[in-house]
Amino acid sequence: MTAAGPVIPEFGKGSACVTGDHVFCWDWVRDHWDDTLQPSLVDHVELTLIAVAVGFAIAFALALLAHRVPGVGQPVGVAAALIYTIPSLAIFQILVPFFGLSTTTVEIPLVGYSLVMLYPNILAGLQAATPEVLEAARAMGLERRQVLLRVELPLAVPAIVGGLRLAVVSTVSIATIAAFLGEQGLGYPIFQALKQPTPFKTEIYAAGALVVALALACDLVLVAARRLLVPWARAGS
Amino acid sequence: MSAAAEIVFDRVSKRYPGREEHALHGLSLAIPAGTFCVLVGPSGGGKTTALRLVNRLIDFDEGDIRIDGRSVRDLPPVELRRGIGYVIQQVGLFPHMTVGDNVATVPRLLGWQKARVRTRVAELLELVGLDPGDAGRYPAQLSGGQRQRVGLARALAADPPLLLMDEPFGALDPITRARLQQELRRLHREVAKTVVFVTHDVDEAITMGDRIAILREGGTLAQYDTPDAILAHPADAFVEEFIGEDRALRRLALHRVGDVALEPHGGGASRDGLPLVSASSTVRNAVSLMLQTGADRVAVGRDDGSPAGVLTLEHATELLRP
Repeated sequence: MTAAGPVIPEFGKGSACVTGDHVFCWDWVRDHWDDTLQPSLVDHVELTLIAVAVGFAIAFALALLAHRVPGVGQPVGVAAALIYTIPSLAIFQILVPFFGLSTTTVEIPLVGYSLVMLYPNILAGLQAATPEVLEAARAMGLERRQVLLRVELPLAVPAIVGGLRLAVVSTVSIATIAAFLGEQGLGYPIFQALKQPTPFKTEIYAAGALVVALALACDLVLVAARRLLVPWARAGS
Repeated sequence: MSAAAEIVFDRVSKRYPGREEHALHGLSLAIPAGTFCVLVGPSGGGKTTALRLVNRLIDFDEGDIRIDGRSVRDLPPVELRRGIGYVIQQVGLFPHMTVGDNVATVPRLLGWQKARVRTRVAELLELVGLDPGDAGRYPAQLSGGQRQRVGLARALAADPPLLLMDEPFGALDPITRARLQQELRRLHREVAKTVVFVTHDVDEAITMGDRIAILREGGTLAQYDTPDAILAHPADAFVEEFIGEDRALRRLALHRVGDVALEPHGGGASRDGLPLVSASSTVRNAVSLMLQTGADRVAVGRDDGSPAGVLTLEHATELLRP
């Protein structure tokens, strides 16, 4: 039984549980999975993926630059840390005049935050190769590019995955505020529920639980990826 | 098996930026092909600098270094290095690669076929005394001695005619070090490569070297000769002090008891109550046993237990005669 129609639950027409606004109503979740929760979840995943992917691309380029060009690392790190101190709502205020209530406006701060978490981790990863390992690589006749691809990058994977875990989990969480600007992500059903004369608990809990579950699922995927990509890190002892 | 390479240092000087002193000053040294040459000396003597100049990890300011008559500056550094084995104390194995992949590094850079690389890796692991089954393990799973064996196998992988070793056994415990020294000597006889080996340990230099180059502070050559000649005739007070006052004993350590023309046994199978040493032991050890037991002679037994003869204190004195 799927109830098509408005996203906002119609109190008068729901079950006793829904009309009475009990703590949690499974029947509402069942009825509104297709029209409310699932689209918001998909939307949320999309917001997160774009933010982390774009953030990763920029952070990776910056970290490579800082790794190769001495003196670049620190200023970039400071600039990145500064971004992190700006409240996201303030950034929305600044960006709306330029990009409107659009996905771009939402993604810019999300990208910024994930970049801030990824950059130092990627840079630390690139510097994980010890001087002896680098000397051995050079002495065996590896070219600069080969040292990067065959030695430095593989050794950076643990730190990079660590950064990705941080970035993904916090972006999943921060992305809920995208709903301030429109019908985006799992924040939207939460805001809708809060707008009711009495906030509708089931919708808040259900959407909130999905945010947590999504974060956990992403983290698990990354932990599994790490185990696959870094067999040597488990080889110790 | 590729041939060994002759290597010549021709008035080589190097000064690091911002330093007054030379790291290496006018070093001239000809190392014949197939020689195990040890560079030894106090810190500040430029041993490691000399080594790193050969594969151009650093570049010299003056002079030239030639391998088989060809200046190291004639080749692009990357190509030069692929033809020179290099072993360092900290080994520098790639932690993310298996033992097999570590050893296969240079052959793969050179574009060898997969099957050839696989055969070569197995061959090398056996050569350095590792189990071919270790190929799938990671460096973190190995002991220090095993890691250095892998480092050696990796350096030998593409069969380079020249092997550079910078204090390769410096971080190992004495027992492992002695075993690896012995095996490296054996290996050197088997593979006949030119080896340039850096150490600050005189004993190691004497044990390992066909020839020893002693460098002093400021990067000049103090003496270059065979261990026996250096111990017998130190060139100056610096060398004399560096090799130690017990150089007579160190010289005796260069001789095996079995190589000395021994006196025949007194008679029958009895050893006349003399202390017994094995023919493969050094004369130094035999003399040590004499001092310990108060005897002036020891009986020498072959590995199979049969008597080989008697070694006297005069034998030892004779060996030390100039």
